[in-house]
Amino acid sequence: MKIEVVGAGPAGLYFSILMKRADPRHEITVSERNPPGATYGWGVVFSDESLGELRDADYETYLAIDEALVRWSSIDVHYQGQRIRSTGHGFAAIARTELLRLLRERAGDLGVRLAFEHEVENAEAFTEGCDLVVGADGVRSVVRAGAEKAFGTTLSPTASKYVWYGTDLALPVFTFIFKPTEHGLFQVHAYPYDAHRSTFIVECTEPTWRRAGLDTMTETDSMAFCQQLFAEHLSEHRLMSNRSAWGTFVTVRNRSWHDGNVVLMGDAAHTAHFSIGSGTRLAMDDAIALAKAFVEHPAELETALAAYEAERQPIVERFQEVATDSARYFESVGRYLGFSPEQFTFNLLTRGRISHNNLTARDPALVNRAEANFAGAPPGRVLVPPPVLVPLSLSGSGAGRLANRVVLALPAPDTAEDGRPGHEHTTALEAAASTGAGLVVTEPVAPVPEGRITSGSAGLWKDEHTEAWAGIVERMRAAGPEVRVALRLTHAGRRGATLPRHRGLDRPLPSGGWRLAAPSPLAYSGRSRRPEEMDAYALATTRDAYAAAAGRAAAAGFDVLLLDAADGYLLASFLSPLANQREDAYGGDLEARARFPLEVAEAVRAAWPAERPLAVRLVTDDRVPGGVSPDDGVDLARRFVAAGAVLIDVTAGHTVADERAAPDYRRLFNAGLADRIRNEAGVATVAAGHITRLDEVNTLLAAGRADLCRLEPRLYQKGNAR
Amino acid sequence: MSAVRIGVGLPTSTPNRRATELTDWAVRAELGPFTSLGVIDRLVYDSLDPLVALTAAAAVTSRLRLVTMVVIGPVRPAALLAKEAASLDALSGGRLTLGVSLGARRDDYDAAGASWGDRGRRLSDQLAAMREIWEGTTIGPRPATLGGPELLVGGGSGPSFARAARYADGYVHGGGPPRAFASAAERARAAWTDADRPGGPALWGQSYTALSDPDAGEAYLRHYYAFTGPFAERIAAGLLTTEKAVREHVAGYAGAGCDELVLLPATSDPAELDRLADALS
Repeated sequence: MKIEVVGAGPAGLYFSILMKRADPRHEITVSERNPPGATYGWGVVFSDESLGELRDADYETYLAIDEALVRWSSIDVHYQGQRIRSTGHGFAAIARTELLRLLRERAGDLGVRLAFEHEVENAEAFTEGCDLVVGADGVRSVVRAGAEKAFGTTLSPTASKYVWYGTDLALPVFTFIFKPTEHGLFQVHAYPYDAHRSTFIVECTEPTWRRAGLDTMTETDSMAFCQQLFAEHLSEHRLMSNRSAWGTFVTVRNRSWHDGNVVLMGDAAHTAHFSIGSGTRLAMDDAIALAKAFVEHPAELETALAAYEAERQPIVERFQEVATDSARYFESVGRYLGFSPEQFTFNLLTRGRISHNNLTARDPALVNRAEANFAGAPPGRVLVPPPVLVPLSLSGSGAGRLANRVVLALPAPDTAEDGRPGHEHTTALEAAASTGAGLVVTEPVAPVPEGRITSGSAGLWKDEHTEAWAGIVERMRAAGPEVRVALRLTHAGRRGATLPRHRGLDRPLPSGGWRLAAPSPLAYSGRSRRPEEMDAYALATTRDAYAAAAGRAAAAGFDVLLLDAADGYLLASFLSPLANQREDAYGGDLEARARFPLEVAEAVRAAWPAERPLAVRLVTDDRVPGGVSPDDGVDLARRFVAAGAVLIDVTAGHTVADERAAPDYRRLFNAGLADRIRNEAGVATVAAGHITRLDEVNTLLAAGRADLCRLEPRLYQKGNAR
Repeated sequence: MSAVRIGVGLPTSTPNRRATELTDWAVRAELGPFTSLGVIDRLVYDSLDPLVALTAAAAVTSRLRLVTMVVIGPVRPAALLAKEAASLDALSGGRLTLGVSLGARRDDYDAAGASWGDRGRRLSDQLAAMREIWEGTTIGPRPATLGGPELLVGGGSGPSFARAARYADGYVHGGGPPRAFASAAERARAAWTDADRPGGPALWGQSYTALSDPDAGEAYLRHYYAFTGPFAERIAAGLLTTEKAVREHVAGYAGAGCDELVLLPATSDPAELDRLADALS
């Protein structure tokens, strides 16, 4: 094959080496606009795993690289004046100049033609004259730019600012430094790359960067600022610039990595935030996969390129997801500065791919310290329960003492008669109680008949209901002696009067429905019935009904009252401007929209025994422009706490029936909101969003991102397991 | 690992088929180890209409479920599709499973005179409207299945999973290796719980096979999926061409919790049915 490689970075050079090794008859030219040795960036990182790939692909290159590597197996975290060292993380780094020198040498030996200081304007110059054009020309690839439409390129900048320095300080291991200043938090990602020098990346949020005046500083002044800021860590050593300017990291994605006989590799095809240190590794793995594809499909260009893409794209996408999570962590790390050093470190190390289990395998001592810290164990205590089994006290009384951190919330069977829960409720809740979950939550239970979702929804508006629920609670305590039981008190509002949900949601009852109450006369969906705007009398009687239901819940023996202000039901629709367009005191800005829900919360709090906890299931993001935003969610959580809530069950969406508001439904898809609410509003939270493994629970808890986790109920429901 | 039911596709879009032999295929399938007959949908192509094909199959079978995976919903008026589906369900004795999705081709929408820009919203409306029609008394016939045929939604985006949870009885995946199915199935389940739906979604998968003629099968897939550009090659690469590949694939889907996997033939050769039966025995 005649191959033109654009860009003499690690991907391009390594691919040339592997192709030549596989078949010396390939004619390969690598063009590079810069002279040899003119490199940007200091050191590059490899994990043990990625070095294994290099060893298998070309042993000679591996040996040369291995010789020049600096290895470390620990991570130091400088936080609150302490240094926490975590062990068991096998990484290595090499000077980028050295890596490229080795690759150039090997490529030259194998007969690859290297054309330096050779500017390529676009790929078209080659596509006719050769079999394959490889765009390995980095994040600002001209090859990609020539056909962005065909590649389906998207560029997503991250919010933070960063600058890439070197230093003549040889750090012992990978080092994170978290440095609060009067301008805001700065953090450093640093690692040694040879015996004398280290990479030293400084990062902060854009507001912090502006407050510090870095937006107007020269390159020299910026470096002096950082030198000064990290003087205690650098001591007599100095920072070094290599045209190091503050920038914004851009994530490159391409729907397709090839177009005709042009193929992208490395940063030209994809980037992943530097905080997971994978850029070079991914680029060289691309080279391995592409070369392998040509070995497996010789003379079948299209098949080979498709195979390369099929192998690499899913892997790279996973790295990019992790990298995006990691980037977000560093954007918002300021919210964790109140954490103990153990929890802070655990949270930092588990921000991406590493879970509680993974970290335990790497560094059992650190996890043990973090768990002891989480459990509030006295000094010297080594045998401590995993986070999921650490009890939580929501109130001073027994009702608020949860035996563990697992919450099960059951969907409604829609079989209640006139609101009275029946046999199916009893068996499902009993089974849930017998699982050992710390808190079991009922289906939505209506305070008034008009507050039911379906004609089969359960209620709590008359003594007969109180008795039925009391019987169920009793059976649950017999099934699970330690279980605490929460009543989810839900007025369906404009989502009421629908058919049972086993064949779909929000299907209005064709007959026999009831009048729907809502803040404004706006139907939930195009097919939903139009609700009536609640007048002052309706507001007052509904509020009283909530309080009366809370009193009945107390009499029935429930431990926790979960007030439902989520999922587009009555209270959630008051909170959202998408559903609440009132012009009186109960509509308008966030404070006004929250007025009625908060009045209800206060009335419920007053009617509910003071020693038993009040929790709120809260919509913290409508996921629709103009609706409740996560910022609003933090504000609302604070308001409900002021009204007496001690726990927020954090949810999002369903305020309007618009599928465009759907999340991606990936693992833990709402857990980030629980983290934000917990650590910005300062309240205990329940995280949810497809949590299915105890490892995920332990990770979220020990990292301080949630206090309880709501697990997929299906996993625990007999007869429904799929 | 739970058992997964195995269906087989009808050759409605493959080359060298004879429309008059479609019913022979259906009869032979019913004698095999299969539980359903599946069809795919595309307007601007030399392919049989999916509901017409299933109707023909219904007439010569009595046991197999009849499944669309999928029909492109928004290119058809809701009432028309609801009536066709109810009719097929009624005349087949309640054997229809109707998978509906957006499809991926603009040309199908243009040819049908259907708008493209609002297709997501119209699919949502259509799903709700069909259920209303099936449960109502205005537009007959009354489906054999109470409340209408089993309804599945396809697609890989968040909104697709939300639609399945809101309007349907389950989710139908668009094909791929078992790990791709597993990932989609997890998301379908997550959307179900997030919507407070009781139970869980029925989960259907589909995969192409060409045990009897791998090269022709690959050529067909490259042609059929040419509109996806470079992805056609990847779809062709996923074609199952050996008994071993089929068995491993089925085991992978079973492990991912698939309820029913429909093996779509990338060939019109009825020998494919025997080869599949051998692979599954």
